[in-house]
Amino acid sequence: MAHSTFAINPRWPGGIVAGLVLALTLGTLCAVAIRAEFQTGFGAADWAAVRFTVSQAFVSALFSCLLAIPVARALARRQFRGRSALITLLGAPFLLPVIVAVLGLVMVFGRNGLLNDAFGLVGLPEISIYGFHGVVLAHVFFNMPLVTRLVLQGWLSVPSERFRLAASLNAPVGRLIEWPMLRTVLPSAFLVVFLICLTSFAVALTLGGGPKATTVELAIYQSLRFDFDLGRAALLALVQFVICASAAIVAWKVTSPDGSGAGLDRAVQRWDGGAKRDVLVIFLAATFLALPLGMIILRGATEVLSLPTDIWKAALRSAIVAVFSSALSTVMALALALRAGRLAAVSGGLPLAASSLVIGTGLFLLVYPFVNPAKLALPITMLVNAVLALPFVLRAMAPAVAKIETDFGRLAISLGMSQQTWIWGVVLPRLKGPIGFGAGLAAALSMGDLGVIALFAGDGQETLPLAMYRLMGAYKMDAAAGTALLLLTISLGVFWVCDRGGRTVADF
Amino acid sequence: MLIFDDVVLKQGDFSLSVALSIKQGAVTALMGQSGAGKSTLLAAIAGFLSPDQGQISVDGVKLNQLSPAKRPVSMLFQDNNLFPHLSVLQNVGLGLRGDLRLSAIEAQHVSDVLTDVGLGGMGDRKPAALSGGQQSRAALARVLVGSRSVVLLDEPFAALGPALKAEMLDLVKTRLAGRTIVMVSHDPADAHRIADTVCIVADGCVSAPVETKELFANPPEALSDYLG
Repeated sequence: MAHSTFAINPRWPGGIVAGLVLALTLGTLCAVAIRAEFQTGFGAADWAAVRFTVSQAFVSALFSCLLAIPVARALARRQFRGRSALITLLGAPFLLPVIVAVLGLVMVFGRNGLLNDAFGLVGLPEISIYGFHGVVLAHVFFNMPLVTRLVLQGWLSVPSERFRLAASLNAPVGRLIEWPMLRTVLPSAFLVVFLICLTSFAVALTLGGGPKATTVELAIYQSLRFDFDLGRAALLALVQFVICASAAIVAWKVTSPDGSGAGLDRAVQRWDGGAKRDVLVIFLAATFLALPLGMIILRGATEVLSLPTDIWKAALRSAIVAVFSSALSTVMALALALRAGRLAAVSGGLPLAASSLVIGTGLFLLVYPFVNPAKLALPITMLVNAVLALPFVLRAMAPAVAKIETDFGRLAISLGMSQQTWIWGVVLPRLKGPIGFGAGLAAALSMGDLGVIALFAGDGQETLPLAMYRLMGAYKMDAAAGTALLLLTISLGVFWVCDRGGRTVADF
Repeated sequence: MLIFDDVVLKQGDFSLSVALSIKQGAVTALMGQSGAGKSTLLAAIAGFLSPDQGQISVDGVKLNQLSPAKRPVSMLFQDNNLFPHLSVLQNVGLGLRGDLRLSAIEAQHVSDVLTDVGLGGMGDRKPAALSGGQQSRAALARVLVGSRSVVLLDEPFAALGPALKAEMLDLVKTRLAGRTIVMVSHDPADAHRIADTVCIVADGCVSAPVETKELFANPPEALSDYLG
């Protein structure tokens, strides 16, 4: 068979990155497996953690999907002012530091929150945000918008002619058009949310806890940090990996959805009514998303300038980690995108199945015999954040890299361009947009990360999310709100700067 | 001479056999249904596909083992002939050397060629600031600054209107005189306008080149089927 003989994209950098990712995910897993203490077996508390992890993830995914359907449907049908702003807001939770959102939710649903104040006025009993339902609430807050965007995309991908046809035939739109669409979109959306919730650490750390509401990730943290039981932590990490990898494989088999898609800015004209209900649904969803953030801004605004210097130092630390982590993640994603092929796809997806605590435990076990892990807290956080952001950055860049190759690869080859000229003279200038977006994403994710740092940080090494968590733990809610606003501003700010930087210099 | 010595190209179920030679300096049009293998043949000459069998050679130089850049072959693609983020001067300069570093003498040479194709003073512009016809001229200028003896045209002017296309074809004929040109065409008028000979691509084979006038006077069955 005649075959393409010459390729212009260099493959070896992708090979190196793939090796690094495999070492960090599967390699740390080996370290964990060697150290795991199987003979002590799995205690009752461990089983409880597994059960809690799986059940909260299942319920969170279920509610995220169920609630997303009416919201997406309403958004698909209605055109109104602020619609595109609301759709942008639906994308925000992905960039939002988990701990910030948790504090916002506590301010609305917590003991002294808005809801309990209102309940108190009319004599209803107080509700608590801590425990199973609190964890689920936070997960729905994060993932319902994601599912809404996916389902909305499904709705808008239905050609408008079909709705016109159904209307002219007076046929049932739901059974004919909507149900088949949902059946293709929802399973994969459900699995993605399920997977995200399985690895949730910060939410469980803040809203869970205790024997009844501990996830495996949280149990790893506790046995490492408080009990210093390395064998048990390793065993739990192994179990966590098995759970996540199984879910990831199932999710991989079911087609992966793409929530980043453009073209969400139009509404489908429909003839089946329901306007009032749509308005109510949109109003409720917008309130649910905006209220916690509004509370942070309101409470934090007065505090942010009077924050202690420790917090500003933590902010600087976080920003430095975020910048390096983002740069590393972007370079790794570029190398993998240039390599393409199966090895790149696998190593680009593998971090989705790994969790920061599993990687963190592995690294802890590896470095512990040689140095005090606290000394490496920031470099390790940077590295782990870069690897965990890799799947998303790769997703932002890979299609664009592939397009550059199809469009110009042959031309460059026939002109005798060197790989160096090709990368610096063609690929990078044409890739500014996706690079900016990907780098912004990685920076924001790293900025808000509260995972591996909690495992390693000693005194004076807190990142901003960890500092904020400690403030919340000490019930300094005002300072926490100020910190939250600072964290929120920096996270969204770095994303905005990177994304903008990539776009303005693009020329076509 | 561009010689195909019992060449066989396969892609999946598709197979194309070529055994013919094209005279130095001739303009040859490849005609045939879409999917017949015209672009596949060009890709093989350019070096993007290696033949499963046989040898392609230009003036006695065997091409099979040469990378696309080392072959005495330039190509104009259907689209994406210019890098949108590079200036016209840089784009054309790539025909001279592939590393975007032009010496003053080379830059002057490129400017001269730009003036020759009617793009004088436009070297600093980006392709997007040129009209469709001007973009085609820039792409042609890149072929002109180089000295590769074979030029492949994979319908690079298909998106232009009839008058502009005719103008470009005339420019190809005059400026590239002396080079061996192989062009893919869907439009018999293109072949009429500049081709000395035509090869019909049909049923997995490429016919030997036939004089254009003679061919259209007595079209073989494969061609009359195509022309309708």
